[in-house]
Amino acid sequence: MRYNERELLSLARQPAEKAAEVLMRVPKKGSVLKKRLVKLVVNFLFYFRTDEAEPIGALLLEHCRITKEEENVFSISFVEEPERKYCFECASEEQCQEWVEALKRASYEFMRRSLIFYRNEIQKMTGKDPLEQFGISGEARFQLAAPKH
Amino acid sequence: MKLNERSVAHYATCDSPADHTGFLRKRVERHHHHAHHHTTSYQRCWFVLKGNLLFYFEERESREPVGLVVLEGCTVELCEAAEEFAFAIRFDDAGARAYVLVADGQAAMEAWVKALSRASFDYMRLVVRELEKQLEEACKSLAACRKSPQRSSSSSGRKRHLSNPALLPLQEKPVILENGYSMSGSSGGGGTPGGAACPDRDGGYVKPPPLPPRRRSAAGSTTGSPTPGFSPAMPDSPVSPETACFSKLHSWYGQEITVLRREWQERQKRGHP
Repeated sequence: MRYNERELLSLARQPAEKAAEVLMRVPKKGSVLKKRLVKLVVNFLFYFRTDEAEPIGALLLEHCRITKEEENVFSISFVEEPERKYCFECASEEQCQEWVEALKRASYEFMRRSLIFYRNEIQKMTGKDPLEQFGISGEARFQLAAPKH
Repeated sequence: MKLNERSVAHYATCDSPADHTGFLRKRVERHHHHAHHHTTSYQRCWFVLKGNLLFYFEERESREPVGLVVLEGCTVELCEAAEEFAFAIRFDDAGARAYVLVADGQAAMEAWVKALSRASFDYMRLVVRELEKQLEEACKSLAACRKSPQRSSSSSGRKRHLSNPALLPLQEKPVILENGYSMSGSSGGGGTPGGAACPDRDGGYVKPPPLPPRRRSAAGSTTGSPTPGFSPAMPDSPVSPETACFSKLHSWYGQEITVLRREWQERQKRGHP
C-alpha cells in the first residue's frame, strides 16, 4: 500500500501531545525491549531511536486496543490481530496510566463519538443543533446512528 | 519508516463509517527518460475518506487499498487544470507533489472539497472542544434559570424518584462511558460537563432535572407536564419569561418522562416484582 511518507515524516516533527522515553518491544519473534522515544501526534504514535531525528516507525491508532499490562507496562494491539502486542515500559506507574488514558482518547473515531455525544446532549438541553453554525449538521459522519451500508 | 500497514489497510476496509466515498480520477504523472516531457494520464479509483485518511482502491470491491493519503497539514483547492471538476490536495512542503483529483461533476467535486477541507484531526478537535464548552454553558444557564426549588406537592402525581433538587456541579473526574472510553475531552483540564447524561446506555446514570418552580395555572390545579401552549409570558407565572428557559425545562421534563417510561417498560418485562 502506497502512502505519503514525506507528509508522515513531517507530521512526526510537529509538536506532540505527549512524548517520552520508554522501553518498547515490537510483536516480532525474538524481539526485546529497546529504549525508544515515543511521540503522540494526532492519531499516530511515532517511535524513534533516542538519538535520531527521523522515526523508525509509526502506528496509526485507529481500531486499536490499549491494555494496561503489569506494573509500568501497557500494550497496543489492533482489533484484527489482538495477540500481536506492541509493549511499552514506562518509568513509573503514573506515567503508564497517563499514556493509557491519552492513547485511548487519541483516535479520530473517539473524537467522532465525543462529538456525536455532545451534539446530542446540547440538542436535548437547548433544542438547537450546535452543528448548524459549522454548516456540518447534515453530514453523515456526525449523525447519531451511523447508517450501515 | 515502518507503518502498521496491515492494521491501516484493515481500518480502510472494515465497516466503520466512512466520511465520504466515491469514484475520482487521480492524475498520474509518468516520466519518460528519453522524451523530456511528462505525460499526464488519469486513473479512476474508488476513494474512501475515513477521518484524516484518504484511501484509494483500484475497484470498489477491492479488498485492499492501493494507497493512502494522510491528510494532516494539507490544503484543498480547486484546480485550473485542463480537466473540469478538478481539485488538488497540496501540502506545505515545497517539494511535495500535489494529488490532483477529478470528480464526475460539479456537485461531486464540491462535496469532496468540502469533506476533505474538514478532514483534519485539528478541525475535529476544534469542533469537539467548542461543543464541550457549549454544553458546559448550557448546563450553567439551565442551573441559573432555575428559581428557588420548592419540594412541595405542586407536582404531585409524578414519581419524584429523581429527587436531586439541583444540578450537580461540574465534575473534575471524567465520566467513563461504555467501551472504556472517557468523556474527559481535552487534556487542558476542560472538565466534563456535569449535566451530561447518557440515557442510551442501559443502567446509565441520568442526571435529574432541576425541580420545577411552582406553577399556577388558570384552573388552579397542577399539571403533570407542561402543556405545549403554556405561555411563558403569563404575568403571574413564576417561570422565567425567557422562552429559552422554558424550552430547556420542557426538554428536561421530556427526558425524565423518557426515563420513567423506560423503567416502567423494564419492570413490565421483568413481570412486575
